[in-house]
Amino acid sequence: MEIILAISKIGIYAIFGITILGAIFAVTLRNIFHAALGLVLALLGVAAVYFSMEAEFLGAIQILLYVGGIMTLIIFVVMLTSRIGDRTVPTSNHQRYPALVGILFLIAFLIRLVRETPWQLKAELSTIDAITIGKEFMGAYVLPFEITSLVLVVALIGAIVIARSDLKK
Amino acid sequence: MIPLTHILIFTSILFSIGLYGALSRRHVVGILIAVELMLNAANINLVVFSRYTNTNPATGQIFAVIIIVLAAIAAAVGLAIVLSIYRNQKTIYSDEIDILKW
Repeated sequence: MEIILAISKIGIYAIFGITILGAIFAVTLRNIFHAALGLVLALLGVAAVYFSMEAEFLGAIQILLYVGGIMTLIIFVVMLTSRIGDRTVPTSNHQRYPALVGILFLIAFLIRLVRETPWQLKAELSTIDAITIGKEFMGAYVLPFEITSLVLVVALIGAIVIARSDLKK
Repeated sequence: MIPLTHILIFTSILFSIGLYGALSRRHVVGILIAVELMLNAANINLVVFSRYTNTNPATGQIFAVIIIVLAAIAAAVGLAIVLSIYRNQKTIYSDEIDILKW
């Protein structure tokens, strides 16, 4: 039992490493198509983190929506644009090195903040299943649910209006 | 289970990588990719806090679902704007899109 626990811990840290590796690929690779594939790796790693936290519903949603939907959209747009693999075109702007320095300071600050905060933890981890989430959505959280659906409809109609080609007069 | 601080450090690094990408990329789709990374880091934090602390355990996951939906909306509207800009300006790089500057 001890060995299984140790192996599962190592597995979670390996998932963390793979996710961060995918994220680094997604923001640094020259070719934007390869960067989108790095984003797929990072999103699958985040889905694995959800599964390891016993949030199976969120993990399934993550794979369906992100890895299915958003990646299809991004790759679709990447295919529509030219000059993708051109090595003469710079892929980052002049803020690159100041941004890198600032980000390193931000990481150091956040790590110090996380380590020094006295967290009020509970003795036993809570788990929750999809049935409870659905009941809460229809109960206490019905207003955010309805507002989200309204925003979804408005935004999708807006996206169609923006992206359509010009009307023939 | 692994301690809370390790997961929070992991999400801090993930968020910072996304922020670096959003600041340094020229490609508009690259900036969108970086924003998706930041939203994912925030989402993991919501789930982790609802699991480890004394809140209602459903709250974190419900708002994580709502954030995923809003991220999908952001991607759809953002990519529609990218398509429209490319059709009118024939460029996809954020420093070449300057019709609002003069």
